[in-house]
Amino acid sequence: MQTTSTTSASHDKGLQDLDQVVIRFAGDSGDGMQLTGDQFTRTTALMGNDIATFPDFPAEIRAPAGTLPGVSAFQLRFSSFDIHTPGDAPDVLVAMNPAALKVHLPELRKDGVLLLNTASFSALDLKKAKYEKDPRTDGTLSGWRVIEVDLEQRTLEALATSKLDNRGKERCKNMYALGILYWMFHRDIAPTEKAIAQKFAKKPELVEANLMAMKAGYAYAETTEIFQTAYRVPPAQMKPGTYRNIMGNQSLCLGVVAAGQKAGLQLFLGSYPITPASDILHQLSTYKHHGVVTFQAEDEIAAVCSAIGASYSGSLGITSTSGPGMALKAEAIGLAVMAELPLVILNVQRAGPSTGMPTKTQQADLLQAMYGRNGECPVAVIAASTPADAFEVGYEAVRLAVKYMVPVVVLSDGYIANGSEPWLLPDPDRLPAIPVAFAPEGQPGTKFLPYARNPETLARQWAKPGTKGLVHRIGGIEKQDVTGNICYDADNHQHMIDTRAQKVANIARDIPPMQTIGPRTGDVLVLGWGSTRGAITAATLRLQQEGHEISCACLRYLNPLPNDLEALLRGFKKVVLPEMNKGQLAMILRSKYLIDVQSYSQVNGQPFKSHDIHAYLQKTLASLGSTGSAKETRR
Amino acid sequence: MTATPALSKKDYKTDQEVRWCPGCGDYSILNAVQGAFSKLGKQLHETVIVSGIGCSSRFPYYMETFGFHTIHGRAPAIATGVKTSNPALDVWVVTGDGDAMSIGGNHFIHAMRRNVGLKILMFNNRIYGLTKGQFSPTSEQGKVTKSSPLGTVDYPFSPIALSLGAGGTFIARGIDVFGPHLEDTICKASAHTGTALVEIYQNCNIFNDGAYKGFTDKEVREERILYLEHGKPLLFGANKDKGIRFDANFQPQLVTGADLGKAYVWDETAANVAPAMALATMNEAEFPVPVGVFRRREKPTFESGIQAQITAAKAKKKESLRDLLFAGEIWDVK
Ligand code: SF4
Repeated sequence: MQTTSTTSASHDKGLQDLDQVVIRFAGDSGDGMQLTGDQFTRTTALMGNDIATFPDFPAEIRAPAGTLPGVSAFQLRFSSFDIHTPGDAPDVLVAMNPAALKVHLPELRKDGVLLLNTASFSALDLKKAKYEKDPRTDGTLSGWRVIEVDLEQRTLEALATSKLDNRGKERCKNMYALGILYWMFHRDIAPTEKAIAQKFAKKPELVEANLMAMKAGYAYAETTEIFQTAYRVPPAQMKPGTYRNIMGNQSLCLGVVAAGQKAGLQLFLGSYPITPASDILHQLSTYKHHGVVTFQAEDEIAAVCSAIGASYSGSLGITSTSGPGMALKAEAIGLAVMAELPLVILNVQRAGPSTGMPTKTQQADLLQAMYGRNGECPVAVIAASTPADAFEVGYEAVRLAVKYMVPVVVLSDGYIANGSEPWLLPDPDRLPAIPVAFAPEGQPGTKFLPYARNPETLARQWAKPGTKGLVHRIGGIEKQDVTGNICYDADNHQHMIDTRAQKVANIARDIPPMQTIGPRTGDVLVLGWGSTRGAITAATLRLQQEGHEISCACLRYLNPLPNDLEALLRGFKKVVLPEMNKGQLAMILRSKYLIDVQSYSQVNGQPFKSHDIHAYLQKTLASLGSTGSAKETRR
Repeated sequence: MTATPALSKKDYKTDQEVRWCPGCGDYSILNAVQGAFSKLGKQLHETVIVSGIGCSSRFPYYMETFGFHTIHGRAPAIATGVKTSNPALDVWVVTGDGDAMSIGGNHFIHAMRRNVGLKILMFNNRIYGLTKGQFSPTSEQGKVTKSSPLGTVDYPFSPIALSLGAGGTFIARGIDVFGPHLEDTICKASAHTGTALVEIYQNCNIFNDGAYKGFTDKEVREERILYLEHGKPLLFGANKDKGIRFDANFQPQLVTGADLGKAYVWDETAANVAPAMALATMNEAEFPVPVGVFRRREKPTFESGIQAQITAAKAKKKESLRDLLFAGEIWDVK
């Protein structure tokens, strides 16, 4: 699928090679920007480019049309080389209305291409977008390459023969814009033809109209003189294998399902709808043919409680949520810690506090995941760093939960959940084994000891109700080790507190050493966790090319921390930790290792831009006297 | 129950010392449950008892079955996970009026609504015992307690009426001191496939002693208790000389003498919930107190619906793990 045969013959204008492009589609929530971006992404992935995406949408399903809060955007970056982020400033901005223009123009790269839909520039439209004057005529747009197209008019003309009413026709204007971009970037239209035919299989008139609009856009770009050049971005050199484009929530689901199968366990998801985690509930509920049970509970508490009940009875209990739901689940997670049952908690973080900004991203639930429960209540915490990485992290969470009989919190975030990237598919036969041994039937005359422990892991046995000879009682009350009987004895309580902590600490012996990009000593180590990984990697690589002694690393395991982390941190003059919170991991590391970790905090609901991290690190390096060799390289 | 008792009451006793206050109604409930279980023909390991928090919720420790003493109010949610993930288990919830009606009210009504195959024994003592005597959602208005020195302003509600409203399919009431009747009611609950609620009036002799004295004392019992018997008229009194009928608006009326024949014939399986609702909300001072089965309607259970979807999906689509992962638009890089 790496040729562009459908289109290459039709280009008789100039064709220029680029190694990467960043495109942002912006319009009203109802303009279909997410669909347009998604189609461009699929096509581009199939054409062999590396790609990263960043959908950015409002919380309201349909905010008032034409207003600033109603603007929905989708940014994608594709390239001929390995990329780590969906890019900072777009090269191309598609703005479907004045509001989208207003919100996104400031970020468009100077000299960048602005494809502007001129259909709705009435005085009212301008007012809704808070423009006092028409930006097309007052010099606002100078400095960019502006292409003005009345997309609505053009689409209506193109669909003259369609059976749709005018409103229905107008709604195809996003496909017209997509057609223009497909021509500009030399994309194959066949995958979209197929996808649209599938999406609207039951409504042939919609398939026809959408495809007609797309082709008309393509032809318009090809024939009119406003478009002088088309661009080609040749495929990237990617690791050999089979790929699939994947979003973070999707791959997290696949990770837990794969792990469940490897472990021979029935998966039980208890969940309550919450942005941006609901897609996990949606997706797992389509895996009934894999035996996955999904339970849409009456609230967040019931969601986690039902998962605990499922784990108690021998399934693998999972619950998915975001920050506010995490807060509600705290007491029940404590019960799972006391009952020493496996439980996987998927927290797709969003911007808090309180309701915050549900569709925006943040990493501020780390301390909540670590400590947000009453008593000394340790759980394992691991974090996904990219959409594809979420597969491995979901898988690992299940492995740890059943091996150590402990709740495992997986931290993802909105940026990972809705972003996408090509995923090198793993060989299912080579995924790590997840052995599960339920307690065997008890012998007559013997008493089952629910808190007898595996001497190595300290995990207790998983005793399934329904198994002969195993009747026993457990609960949230402190119990005697080994017997599980209620026990208020002082020494026993200290022993149980220590044991539960040690059990989680033991996981550190079971995890791989830290990986770094760059040497394990130097001036600066940029440490990250979660979705900052891409921006950190991009900035670090650039600084390395500029001649600095800088390395970066990304933590997957946040509790327990890897055994070799301290030595790694001590190998650098300075450790910088960018986080989308007020320095939560920095605080943990500073207190644990007494190392002066420097927090670089950004909590604005947006992912870090790699050029911001680059600029910050430059200053840090300069303060250490490192000026680099000042080579200019690509972004 | 026709099944031969495989186990005796004694088999259900654990080695744990029972720690309710001496004289607490919970003892007689434990006795009735052990009596009922010994008649159900189940094996010890097939049963799971899930409880929340409160005096009643210590119950699992005293039953030689699987037991899970969980957190305040959440037992129905946890039990829903247990039953849905393994429908073969016999799953019981033991809870109280604070646990089920207050902090756990949401889980309670949704278990009713879904018709999960749980048997819920709710010990209603109209007080918070474990926290030493605050009023509960079933305490009568004006009740003076530690947290309501001038009497409560809150109105109580009827757990039976709440359950009827939530679509419960088996709803019954027993009383701690009516051992054989309670045991029988628990057996009936057990025979029901969907959610079964047994509200058990329980005397807390420490913080709310005598709450039910007005109709449970031996001297008044016969005149004050209305035994609901399926297919029989609603009659009460030592000589069955009083009855209940409903007017056109389903308001209860006392009938005596020549009108006794107009007493309503009780049908616990009726589709119409109005008669049960009328009985559940009858003024306790004016009318007798109904015990027995208010409602019993078979309806497919939640867990059977879930399992049926999974079975059908598995029959319809076989997919290997490889096919699951290698799905959608995939491409090869050489
Ligand atoms: S406080 Fe009341 S309900 Fe609790 S054990 Fe004592 S008597 Fe029973």
